[in-house]
Amino acid sequence: MKIAFTTKGTDWDSAMDPRFGRTEYFLIYDDDKDELSHYDNRDSANDAHGAGPKTAQKLFEFKPDILITGNGPGGNAATVLQKTGVKIFIGAGDITVKEAYEAFKSSSLKEF
Amino acid sequence: MKIAIASGKGGTGKTTLSTNLASFLAETHQVVLTDLDVEEPNSGLFIKADLVHEEDKFKMVPEWAADECILCGNCQKVCNFHAVIQLGEMIMVFPELCHGCYACSELCPTSSLPMIPKKMGGLKHFQKGNLSFIESRLDIGEEQAVPLIAQTISYVEEHFSNEVIRIFDSPPGTSCPVIEATKDADFIILVTEPTPFGLHDLKLAVETMRELKKDLGVVVNRYGIGNDDVLQYCKEEQIAVLAKIPNSRRIAEIYSQGHLIYKEIPEVMVELENITSYIQSLKEKSLS
Repeated sequence: MKIAFTTKGTDWDSAMDPRFGRTEYFLIYDDDKDELSHYDNRDSANDAHGAGPKTAQKLFEFKPDILITGNGPGGNAATVLQKTGVKIFIGAGDITVKEAYEAFKSSSLKEF
Repeated sequence: MKIAIASGKGGTGKTTLSTNLASFLAETHQVVLTDLDVEEPNSGLFIKADLVHEEDKFKMVPEWAADECILCGNCQKVCNFHAVIQLGEMIMVFPELCHGCYACSELCPTSSLPMIPKKMGGLKHFQKGNLSFIESRLDIGEEQAVPLIAQTISYVEEHFSNEVIRIFDSPPGTSCPVIEATKDADFIILVTEPTPFGLHDLKLAVETMRELKKDLGVVVNRYGIGNDDVLQYCKEEQIAVLAKIPNSRRIAEIYSQGHLIYKEIPEVMVELENITSYIQSLKEKSLS
């Protein structure tokens, strides 16, 4: 299973980014292979509009099963994500990636 | 003569000036007042006139036709606004993000993104005596004001002769909607208030209008609050201060009842006369 996180850095101790469309990075954790990879999304700061669908499209290319984020995606991004079938869990905006993963495993995050 | 009334800061009195100046001028001239602040038009609150025409306004957006699509991804690549997204074997279009540039549609090798009309808002045309009033309003959820502003200006161009004085109540700020609303104007009046916020945003507006090579003048509203920094700035920059509308509780009361202030406050009438004679002198200068 692949789990994506919206983050402000590239490792387990990084802070989560509460935003979806304009998240600085996303981290992808493949728990079958125990592999952590990241994507640099900082370009999105330059987008006046449409950061949400663009980030959702990027995320789609990594084919995650789960997305863990903070505030939850906006309307346009949610429309794209819905088509990708990814399950979204929110409320992990103010903690580290590791803490967000633990919170997900203990089912204490809310499904979007 | 096309006069755009703009501001950097919102809430400085663009609509107050637009509606009062248009009504004042209409006592002696043919005038058309156009509310281009299509995201929240409010000139209509102060203009009591009869509706003579109403029409829906449309913008052209692409619609995906799956049959011939070869999923080359070109559409997604050429869209600067992320309004077209390729998701696996599907193309998604976000009409609210679309700027109607046709790039995806024109550059699609299989013509799989034909442009279709989508309603974005409506235009209303009112009339009372010498004063015509045009108001456009964007539909809720629409994000792009520019196409509606452009179509509204075209409507005015088509329906009024050049002799009619055109006053455009513009949106606030310095972004695309303001550029669209002011780029064809002969003269820009920037309304500000004499406060640090007013001055900060006035500077941005002046820089923007100078970039567009526009003649401009400043009207200071709520004169008497804040400080003299706005006047000092205008002096240094050699910008004409056309009028100072005093800060007064009485004006606020009249405004909040939806009435025109110049009819009840003689001082304001004098300021409107000053603006009119300044514009008149500009017009004569440009003719000579």
